[in-house]
Amino acid sequence: MVQQLRWNNHVVDLIIFLTLLVLGYGFGRWAEHRHYRSIIKREGELRHIITFATKVPPPGQPEPDTCLVQGSVVISIDYFKRFLAGLRALVGGKVKSYETLIDRARREAILRMKEDANGKGGDQIFNVKLETSSISKGRRERIGSVEVLAYGTALIASHPIPAGVELDTGIQ
Amino acid sequence: MVVTNLETVPGRRITKHLGLVQGSTIRAKHVGRDIMAGFKNIFGGELKGYTELLQESREEALERMQQQAAAIGANAVLNVRFSTSSVAQGAAEILAYGTAVTLE
Repeated sequence: MVQQLRWNNHVVDLIIFLTLLVLGYGFGRWAEHRHYRSIIKREGELRHIITFATKVPPPGQPEPDTCLVQGSVVISIDYFKRFLAGLRALVGGKVKSYETLIDRARREAILRMKEDANGKGGDQIFNVKLETSSISKGRRERIGSVEVLAYGTALIASHPIPAGVELDTGIQ
Repeated sequence: MVVTNLETVPGRRITKHLGLVQGSTIRAKHVGRDIMAGFKNIFGGELKGYTELLQESREEALERMQQQAAAIGANAVLNVRFSTSSVAQGAAEILAYGTAVTLE
């Protein structure tokens, strides 16, 4: 009788586990597809904002204003991929399921930083830094979700050159 | 107050160097957000609650850093950096630091 009960418990556990796995696989894939579509679309729209990793902007700009801009995102992995990563940890090697997570987070953070700069009227961002941290660890210290922060300094031309006015370059 | 992560401000000269200033804050998330995060751990996706929480705390850390800089008579903070670390289960520390200077 006791053994029968214990057996039933195991079956229930297995069913819950499989359900979570299937849900994670389905919804996770769907969410990732949607996210990548949106990332690619917005990257195209914001291509005119140029980002640099260099620390010093080139001289010769008409005294621009500077402004700190940033973008951040926290993304969680789904149950299925976490399970795959757990299996991978047994044999070692490339953990592909986490690669897309980090890639999405980074691109999203950069996009949000660009949107911030766009809203403030800047079109160049210098000294872009990326910072990644895992903010919540799941059971057994496995990575649950990552935060990516992108920040930099946007240059905002304080005296925008009006269209139609030719620059006096000193060349005759 | 000019806040930038460049090492100089284009077109301005640094007249005085006043040393490192910093601002930090530690925030914990509330239970509701934690439950939502639990769901997201199954389905995957962005944890909007956490994103907002960290963004708010970053604003606050920047604010505190600027207050500290203003208190020692600076009018700019250069080379600003951020750092995030989870100090306890469910709480994150956000630190912002930089060099306080006076610009002419």
